[in-house]
Amino acid sequence: MNLTLKIWRQKDAKAAGAIETYQVSEISEHMSFLEMMDVLNERLITEGKDPVAFDHDCREGICGMCSMYINGEPHGPDRGVTTCQLHMRKFKDGDTIHIEPWRAQAFPIIKDLVVDRTAFDRIIQAGGYVSVNTSGNSQDANAIPIPKEDADNAFDAATCIGCGACVAACKNSSAMLFVSAKVSQLALLPQGQVERKDRVLNMVDQMDAEGFGNCSNTGACEIECPKGISLENIARMNREFISASISKG
Amino acid sequence: MSSQNKALGSSIARKFAMALSGLFLLIFLLQHLIINFTSVISADMFNAASHFMGTNALVQFALQPVLAFGVFFHLIMGMVLEMKNRSSRPIKYAYSKPEESSTWMSRNMIITGIMVMLFLGLHFYDFWLPELKTKFIDGVWNIDNRYFHELQEKFMDPVRVGIYVLAFIFLALHLMHGFQSAFQSVGFRHNKYTPIIKKVSTIYAIVVPAGFIFIAMFHFLAH
Repeated sequence: MNLTLKIWRQKDAKAAGAIETYQVSEISEHMSFLEMMDVLNERLITEGKDPVAFDHDCREGICGMCSMYINGEPHGPDRGVTTCQLHMRKFKDGDTIHIEPWRAQAFPIIKDLVVDRTAFDRIIQAGGYVSVNTSGNSQDANAIPIPKEDADNAFDAATCIGCGACVAACKNSSAMLFVSAKVSQLALLPQGQVERKDRVLNMVDQMDAEGFGNCSNTGACEIECPKGISLENIARMNREFISASISKG
Repeated sequence: MSSQNKALGSSIARKFAMALSGLFLLIFLLQHLIINFTSVISADMFNAASHFMGTNALVQFALQPVLAFGVFFHLIMGMVLEMKNRSSRPIKYAYSKPEESSTWMSRNMIITGIMVMLFLGLHFYDFWLPELKTKFIDGVWNIDNRYFHELQEKFMDPVRVGIYVLAFIFLALHLMHGFQSAFQSVGFRHNKYTPIIKKVSTIYAIVVPAGFIFIAMFHFLAH
């Protein structure tokens, strides 16, 4: 199929960016979206032009690196997939495809479609962990009984790959779905109880400090999340936060 | 700063406060509708209910200030949150399809909210300011049959009724999202009860504004 691509190009973090138009031809419907981008970049390199910079790593939908806003939606028009798992059969011959980076103050653009998502790393560093003894005598996690429902909910929350699609989809650039998934994952398990209150307070504090917006419960994050992280996690984090705020004093 | 002070200024605490003030206003609105509806049934009943609300010390000096604060707080906090949200995305998307993942109502709470607040200005001018004048400037507290006549007089003007109807359509759109969203903000979400809350939310958002519109139209058409 032949396509017209309208891609955001930006030389570096300080430069002003703009949309540039490219034509690509003979694209197979079996290609992934990133393979289509590879075809474009190979041509640009052959022509001596600067290829389009975009994030990618595993190309298996598990690393959370790919991050394109395609045709007005994060990770494109398909549901439950990352950009690398989006296939060209979702498009038609002659289509015009709009491709932009995640837009958020907390995700500054590095180049073209690559954004700096280290704000997420700093939120995790603020509390998204459990402190365990790693000196060789750690208890086997499987030896601790955990209700099936809790284990399932914790696992569902843990499937968040931190790609940032929730921030990109939210009209307020809110990171609540990401942070709530990390808070929920640990709050539901016995290993997360010791730091439970400090964790939610510190992670929310860091989230606010990074400049993300407020959640207004539009639900766009849940719809666009490639891993189907539920809004239930945001409600749980709200409860955790209010409870910890009152009891910590 | 103590962790509690820090928590009070957090995004979650602000949304929590926004939700609580919204839930309080929902209760007030229902009470207001019930009293207004008595005007359709009987002038005497409406006069009696209005006189009670207008002269009862608990309502006047305890509930009314709380209500005024609730309205003011909801407005100001809504503005503060909106400004913060806008600044969180300084460069907008060139091409976006928000309708694919969220409702118009949920994305435009600030627009529908501002429209309702503008209407409140007219509402205060029509009913609250004359009420204050009658009671606190003219010193008249004991005439209990004037309310129905004042109501009828206001709803004789087709422009006022038109604005009234439009404002309550905006209120309906605001409530469609606001009612159920408040429960999510305070952390209440349950597999069994959340679907019920969403249904009640939709029913409330249609029935209550429709009730106010019906009352206005009833008195307009009655004359």
